[in-house]
Amino acid sequence: MIPFDYERADSTQSAVKSIGTRGAKFLGGGTNLIDLMKLNVERPSTLIDVTRLELTRIETSTSGGLLIGALVRNSDLANHPQVVANFPLLSQALLSGASPQLRNMATTGGNLLQRTRCYYFTDTAFPACNKRIPGSGCAAILGFNRIHAILGQSDEGPRSPHSCIATNPSDMNVALAALDATVHVESVSGKRNIPLSKFHRLPGTTPNLDTNLKPDELITAIELPPSPFAKNSWYLKVRDRQSYAFALVSVAAGLEMDGSTIKSACLALGGVAHKPWRSPEAEKALAGARPTRESFLHAADLALSGAKGYAGNAFKIQLAKQSIVRAFTLAARGTTAGAEA
Amino acid sequence: MKHPPCSIAELEAPAATGPEQPETSGAPAVPLTLSRRGFMKSAGAIGASMAAGLPQLAAAQAAREATTTVPKHTDVTLRVNGETTQLSLDTRTTLLDALRENMGLTGSKKGCDHGQCGACTVLVDGRRVNSCLTLALSVAGSEITTIEGLAKGDDLSPVQEAFAEHDGFQCGYCTPGQICSATALIDEAKSGELSQVSWRSANLQRPQITDDEIRERMSGNICRCGAYPNIVAAVRTALGKGVPS
Repeated sequence: MIPFDYERADSTQSAVKSIGTRGAKFLGGGTNLIDLMKLNVERPSTLIDVTRLELTRIETSTSGGLLIGALVRNSDLANHPQVVANFPLLSQALLSGASPQLRNMATTGGNLLQRTRCYYFTDTAFPACNKRIPGSGCAAILGFNRIHAILGQSDEGPRSPHSCIATNPSDMNVALAALDATVHVESVSGKRNIPLSKFHRLPGTTPNLDTNLKPDELITAIELPPSPFAKNSWYLKVRDRQSYAFALVSVAAGLEMDGSTIKSACLALGGVAHKPWRSPEAEKALAGARPTRESFLHAADLALSGAKGYAGNAFKIQLAKQSIVRAFTLAARGTTAGAEA
Repeated sequence: MKHPPCSIAELEAPAATGPEQPETSGAPAVPLTLSRRGFMKSAGAIGASMAAGLPQLAAAQAAREATTTVPKHTDVTLRVNGETTQLSLDTRTTLLDALRENMGLTGSKKGCDHGQCGACTVLVDGRRVNSCLTLALSVAGSEITTIEGLAKGDDLSPVQEAFAEHDGFQCGYCTPGQICSATALIDEAKSGELSQVSWRSANLQRPQITDDEIRERMSGNICRCGAYPNIVAAVRTALGKGVPS
């Protein structure tokens, strides 16, 4: 870790003013940033500790949804009565991630900015990583790529300056994508709201950029509109061990039922792309359909229609399809019915 | 500096007999009353002076480090186990390193140093966190509780007692983290917090803490000896004592 200056911000205004310092970064829970600083992947000159700012509230928004302060800890968010009752996908996704200790530390805003767990990104001994060193290539394409993308990746070969098959590792982000969240940000030039679908990026030709957040912007809140999926939703996470591991594939699935017909559906996938992967095609196909295995299989085929696998992760295409069917099946049974037997 | 109670591995060896050796120039003095920790520090210093004897390597390293590594120090006041301590710390110091290296509180252990093993678990304002990923400066103003702060004098806490009763360890390295984690688990259970197992098992109203729940809620603490069955038994017993039914 290289030395850095440390400041504790006492207001949002002073925080966004300080971030003008070249090479400065905000410090939230630190669970990802400090880790990457130890690995010399992140090398900020200054840390602006924002953890004492008054961004810790969860309140009903003007639209009847929920406004979540950027510094709400993941464990508090997962257990908030309004989240458990009205946005169970979010509670389930958060509790599927990390460990109790890390969830006590991690903030909502910080989780949005969690960086990829691609081995070639987090280990500076590897010379080729377009995300870490733009233009250097992508070692994952011909390397160990079990945890890598099957959808939306940039693949022009391992030597291309654009290639990147990294995935976004967050569970929270997948639920937020399914729930149509909006990110509130602030800088010295003012405030703006970014829909979650436009917050994270696909690698395109600039895989070094994870999000569309500008370097001088501070995330202040996340807003959720009222959700019709509370009664019938499920977050399914499939991984190499039962707990405390990143997703190979995760599925946030929600159904709005009208009697025995699906009125509308939401579907987002994690562990498969550079951003939470929402599937409007699958959602459209489910609207008006019956909640049957056939409907869910058809939706799964549509969601994975453009998928491309690699030596270490081609199995994820089939795994994702079956996980989608399983998640919708559990959602149809009811959010509070559990997943056993 | 006040010395905390030592664990068995750190107990000082009996004082050597015979006359004290004069300090010789060049070699670091090794105190005759050897402690394991003191020996490791001296051995490290000898290793470093040998490395300095390799001119090319040392010069290259010095040149590289001069550009990026001028440490920045800041004064900070920490509240640990009810006591206030003032320190001047390199801004990079984690809470774990401040506890172990600056305050002599070596109960909290460094396992992976990357938030993956839980050996460093301590309580900050009553909540369990990984002290290896917590900057010491960021917890100024918080109440920090470590394994050294759980017992009341010679009276072990209920969780410590339960771990002893059920032999919830083998080598003991992960144990301080396991015990701090389990202590927080009991408070979380009392306040009705959920886990992913609560959702899976449709156990959502003040979830009953089954063995499956214990395993999930302790999943942030790895035990390389594999003492898990006894750890689960210890947590089950401590829960029985700590959570009113």
